[in-house]
Amino acid sequence: MRALVAAAVAVLPLASAHAWEPTKPIEIIVPFPPGGSSDQMARTIQGAIQKNELAKQPIIIVNKPAAAGGEAMLDIQKSAGDPHKLITTSSGIYMTPLATKLPVSWRDFTPVAMMAQDAFLLWVNAAKPYKTAKDFIDAARTAAPPLKTGGNGSKREDHLISVTMEQSAGVKITYVPYQGGGPSSVQLAGGHIDANMNNPAEEVANWRSGATRPLCVFSKKPLAYTQKVTADMSWADIPTCPSQGLDVTYEMLRGMFMPGKVTPEQQAFYVDLFRKVTETPEWKAYLERNALVPDFRSGQAFVDFLTEDERKHKELMGKAGFIATQ
Amino acid sequence: MDNLNQLLLGFQIALTWHNVAFMIIGVLLGIVVGVLPGLGGPNGVAILLPLTFGMDPTSAIILLSSIYWGALFGGAITSILFNIPGEAWSVATTFDGYPMAQQGRAGEALTAAFTASFIGALAGVVLITFVAPLVARFALRFGPAEFFGVFFLTFCSFIGMGKENKAKIVASLALGFLLAAVGLDTISGDLRLTFGASELMKGFDFLVVVIGLFGVSEILLTIEEGLHFKGKRAAIDLAVVLRTWAALPRHWATLVRSSVVGMWMGVTPGGAIAASFMGYGLAKRFARDPERFGKGEVAGVLAPETAAHAAGTSALLPMLALGIPGSATAAVLLGGLMIWGLQPGPLLFVEQKEFVWGLIASMYLGNVAGLLIVLATVPVFAAIMRIPFALVAPLILVVCAIGAYTVESSRFDIWLMLVFGVVGYVFKKLDYPLAPLVLALVLGDRAEDAFRQALLGSGGDLSVFFSNGLVSTLMILGLLLLVWGPLSEIGRRLVRRLLPGRVASASP
Amino acid sequence: MIDASPPADERGVSRRLVECLVSLLLLGVAALTLWDSYGRGAGWDGGPENGFFPARVGWILAAAALATLVSALRREESVFVTYGQLRLVARVFVPLALYVLAIAYLGIYLASAAFMAGFMLTLGDFRWWQTALAALLVPLVVFWVFELQFRVPLPKGPLEAALGY
Repeated sequence: MRALVAAAVAVLPLASAHAWEPTKPIEIIVPFPPGGSSDQMARTIQGAIQKNELAKQPIIIVNKPAAAGGEAMLDIQKSAGDPHKLITTSSGIYMTPLATKLPVSWRDFTPVAMMAQDAFLLWVNAAKPYKTAKDFIDAARTAAPPLKTGGNGSKREDHLISVTMEQSAGVKITYVPYQGGGPSSVQLAGGHIDANMNNPAEEVANWRSGATRPLCVFSKKPLAYTQKVTADMSWADIPTCPSQGLDVTYEMLRGMFMPGKVTPEQQAFYVDLFRKVTETPEWKAYLERNALVPDFRSGQAFVDFLTEDERKHKELMGKAGFIATQ
Repeated sequence: MDNLNQLLLGFQIALTWHNVAFMIIGVLLGIVVGVLPGLGGPNGVAILLPLTFGMDPTSAIILLSSIYWGALFGGAITSILFNIPGEAWSVATTFDGYPMAQQGRAGEALTAAFTASFIGALAGVVLITFVAPLVARFALRFGPAEFFGVFFLTFCSFIGMGKENKAKIVASLALGFLLAAVGLDTISGDLRLTFGASELMKGFDFLVVVIGLFGVSEILLTIEEGLHFKGKRAAIDLAVVLRTWAALPRHWATLVRSSVVGMWMGVTPGGAIAASFMGYGLAKRFARDPERFGKGEVAGVLAPETAAHAAGTSALLPMLALGIPGSATAAVLLGGLMIWGLQPGPLLFVEQKEFVWGLIASMYLGNVAGLLIVLATVPVFAAIMRIPFALVAPLILVVCAIGAYTVESSRFDIWLMLVFGVVGYVFKKLDYPLAPLVLALVLGDRAEDAFRQALLGSGGDLSVFFSNGLVSTLMILGLLLLVWGPLSEIGRRLVRRLLPGRVASASP
Repeated sequence: MIDASPPADERGVSRRLVECLVSLLLLGVAALTLWDSYGRGAGWDGGPENGFFPARVGWILAAAALATLVSALRREESVFVTYGQLRLVARVFVPLALYVLAIAYLGIYLASAAFMAGFMLTLGDFRWWQTALAALLVPLVVFWVFELQFRVPLPKGPLEAALGY
């Protein structure tokens, strides 16, 4: 399906250039703290490359979590022309500059590959009576003080979902920013918030233990993984939010960028490297474990995706009032 | 009883020869990364993580958690010898450890620090062994208001002591808070106090500030006195270990108190850094002779080290039981768990018994191994003090620069280190206390975040800080500690007035 | 700890002057903070705004700085640091500042070698080969530990780039 297209795009430049090889260790900058989902992806890629000997040079992971990833992006911007640096990205690549007025844009970088898309789900504490998204929205309509959602941080992906949910359903919800999906998951299990919008990976442990429950997934179609995660449910059994009358969809890219001004040969090397990574068993196991949507794109297909995704974010963030004005 | 059986099973798993070998390798590597500022547990774990993919998960976690123990032990070494905390949680160790080294008691300070670490870690492991599920559930009760309560308690246990000029204490504390506030504000998602400078966007990292404030400034102060280190003529032999141990039982109350504080902070998860400050603050508060703290008091080394390690160890409990990392190292370990195909969370104890109990058993063994290894190195490290100043000083400064850089891979941070070196030099000479600044810097924004999260949740209602038994207890304990100093002073005066004849025996 | 009372005849920088300067600097920090915080909102809008705490702390800092300023003006004059001590401090501080500057252009390895050598030559009494050995070994060991073993990249300059790093 998509992978075929992506592979075709990836193979195109390969015929002309396979000359360039890295000459020193490859640095992958992770704009998030160690242990987060971006960090895990980077470390999985590192493991997959080293275990399968896909590159002759070692991979180094550098965490630069400051300023919601803004610092890491400035660093990549300053490293124009350096073919030994990569940065893992999520939607933060448009959201952080829009929200903080940082003078940096993904257009200054070289898009290498999109590795996958990450879904978001609406999770509630299992002890609460909500069984469907409708129950939750109905409760939100009458709750005083308003129901609380919690998550990654102000003006980040899940905050955007929370606000979009408010606007779409016409209810009032309080969003409490924590420092990441992990803390927000624990706060939900402890009953300090009423719901969160975590990625599958961030919430799966508490779901399996029966502390939290997914109501719906903010995607157009359900997740593909049919292996049972709890005693009676798999990821695929979770309905989509639009099917529950909550018309909010949101997915987050997980991709890789290089600094600007690198040569096409250098770019081609990494496109090829990451395509090989996506074929390793380590990567496939990682996707399944985190219920990520496999969606490898490179070249023009990736650029088109980014352009469209950025437009969508501008619109959503504009509506939510997240765009910095001063 | 069931737990004991499981633990025995764990020991059988952990005591195979290759697991013991991994343990020793891990501890040694951990000491190396702990000693060098700029490298920490996360580096050690991250470097070995790829190697462990092919290993059996139990061996892998034993190897990696041993790095963690080693790093916990190693952090104290540079704090004591050079006043440079290798890790953030060793800052409080410098307060008395460095003066001890200056008095030629480096060996004693190192032994005390290592032994205290061991006792603290042991307390944490015992906690994990016997009450893991119970404690895990307790940690769930911590919402933002409770977190604020913990930070408030930490501040209260630490502040309000010291004979320095009160205005200077306040200024130092306020400066720390402001430094902590620079950068991206979590709650609003806006940048603040950056004045448009992208270098300031990431804020002031705690370690960079501390390396400058403590390490660089100390070199500048030392050189004023001439080109040598003070008090280096220490007897260097292993007998110092036994002498220090002989004196330990006198400090049992400090050790117990710090262990409890540490376990509590590790589980909640207030963290090892807060625990070390609280341990130190309480030890001084309840000491018979608080004046001696800061001038080379053994209890001032024992208290923070015990607390930091009890916390560092207990922090693995929420990681295993809830999947929340209590520290950066735990976070990298957590990533490792998932790569090995283990899902941390409440079910880990049920589904992966062998792994969990193998790990717990290795905590006991790893700490014993760690203690033996670090004690053997005491003479080696104490001997460093005999190297000529003109060789050691530039070496320390090079290490400081590397340490400042590696925190965020930022060249700007090296300049910051230099600036804070000057600030530290001037502040120390003018009797501005540095500890409140450091404490506010490390906990200030977290306390503020918790405060504002709690108010967001309550809709701006301040009564949220007294809304249940747990948070009320924390707040009231904090307030009590805050007024403890003045109250005990009044009490002492009352006693003196009522019983003029018995002053000497009555003063606590 | 620090010997604050040098012989009376030794002249130095006035302590009162330094106290006042530090107080004024702190006042400046407080003013900057207040300006920034009130600029972005320091009120209470269903909970504190993001400038609320910095602004309050800014006021407290300003008050504390004023108090130290007043007590500095009232205190007896003494010597903050004698000129002799200052000269010694400068002998460490100036090379250190140059070192940090050099890191920006030469990378940390060359700068460290030069710093070690310079420090040992001017402040120590080592044989030339001891100095050379230290200046050579320190960067090499650092390189081996950080770049090769722990894969922590440190700042590098043109020489390292020429060598392929």
